[in-house]
Amino acid sequence: MKNRKLRSVLSSIKDNQVTTENIFWGRREFIKNLAVSSVGISALGGSLLNAAPTANSGFTTVEPLSSEYVVTHHNNFYEFSTSKKKPAEMAKDFNPGKDWKVSISGEIEKAGDYTLEDILKKTSIEERIYRLRCVEAWSMVVPWRGFQLSQLINYVKPTSKAKFVEFKTLESRSVFPGQNRGSLGFHVLPWPYKEGLRMDEAVNPLTFIATGVYGKDLPGQNGAPLRLIVPWKYGFKSIKSIVSMRFLDHQPQNTWHKNAPREYGFYANVNPEVDHPRWSQARERRITDESFFGVKKIPTQMFNGYAEQVAHMYKGMDLVRNF
Amino acid sequence: MLSYKLSKVVAHITCWVPLTYLIYAAYSRQLGADPQEEMLHQLGLWTLIYLLIGLSITPLNRIFKWSVLVKFRRMSGLYAFLYLILHLTVFFIFYLELNLVFLWDEILERPYITVGMIATLLLIPLVVTSTKKMQRRLGSNWKKLHKLVYPIAILGITHFIWQSKSDLNEPLLYLIWLTVLLGYRVNKARTK
Repeated sequence: MKNRKLRSVLSSIKDNQVTTENIFWGRREFIKNLAVSSVGISALGGSLLNAAPTANSGFTTVEPLSSEYVVTHHNNFYEFSTSKKKPAEMAKDFNPGKDWKVSISGEIEKAGDYTLEDILKKTSIEERIYRLRCVEAWSMVVPWRGFQLSQLINYVKPTSKAKFVEFKTLESRSVFPGQNRGSLGFHVLPWPYKEGLRMDEAVNPLTFIATGVYGKDLPGQNGAPLRLIVPWKYGFKSIKSIVSMRFLDHQPQNTWHKNAPREYGFYANVNPEVDHPRWSQARERRITDESFFGVKKIPTQMFNGYAEQVAHMYKGMDLVRNF
Repeated sequence: MLSYKLSKVVAHITCWVPLTYLIYAAYSRQLGADPQEEMLHQLGLWTLIYLLIGLSITPLNRIFKWSVLVKFRRMSGLYAFLYLILHLTVFFIFYLELNLVFLWDEILERPYITVGMIATLLLIPLVVTSTKKMQRRLGSNWKKLHKLVYPIAILGITHFIWQSKSDLNEPLLYLIWLTVLLGYRVNKARTK
């Protein structure tokens, strides 16, 4: 009930409409009020909201949002460029539509090619505010729009053999010039970009597929049209522009691990106590806006502050070895 | 003589252009979403560029017999040092929060920082002895001492390559530049 209302409010927001942060916040206030009133109504009706975000769901945060400009102009999207500034410019002509296809295959009952439209029909759109911590030790707070990945996974019905999910980004030299060789003949990374999650990680309520940010459809540079968000892991796990999801009985290899196994692991859980071989992960540079003093150093939290929601999945695991 | 003086003025102005641009761009929010990082990287890059320009002058003079170039060698080296100091200042203020303990940890634990700091320390005696007076006083030792600029450049490029995450295309361009210069020197020394 509440979700449907939220959805209709959110979908009434025109995608091409320019939303300033103030208006955006106004809407958030409105949505919040709406949610509160619907809680009131349903409480009167004697029913309980089972999906209501609670204080410790991790679905939102009171920290100040990073500005829309920095969220959309500071992107590690090597398919476009290794520069974090360039993807915003280069992605201007990348506007994937409703016919975007995702191949969902492997150890599931309902394998097939799903269009973006199919996927949006099977899932319910909501808004989440997550911290994003990059392995490079900068971070942001981002208002995403999208759906909980478990909804899609439940729909495709994994078999008992499914232990991992592997994701792939679109491989296309015409869309992504960064997939060509560089000026000295090197590929920056082995393409296509791949990522993976353990099944329990994939269906954790925090695990999210973003379809939008700041109340608008996801811009190309942020990984349009479907981008994974795993907020307790370093940003490189949150694979962009997904075209494939494969359910596997074995652990898949992710791109950064393949590229530099000593520096990037499969788990990549945010952990201030386990340093990157070349730099410290104890603190992070929180980017709030694009002014010269818009960056502040703050301590990094275990699991990026989501320990309450995710730590149980790693009980007894050696987090230094499984970095 | 006038044209030499004029060219010196032009050279000085040229060396201030990157810094002026960076300050202006930082002020007018044109350095992207992480202006501190962009500033840090740009200042480091200009340090390397002035170092490599300085190293290119002697071979260019020998090949093209354009001796006036030599008069710009010291200038180039000193501007490299200026950009290096600014690079370190940005790092110390915004990355280490003015904390000397953090600085020490970084130097000990991060190899690319260690390498960068060694290069900085090696550069200091060259700056101190860069005046004509010191050059005269040190005599033939001056030349020996200033050969340090080669290891400094190698350490600088190493620092640059070591900190990049995966894209080596750009750092390798600078490596090629340095390799050509070193190759020229080695070849020269052998044929002497």
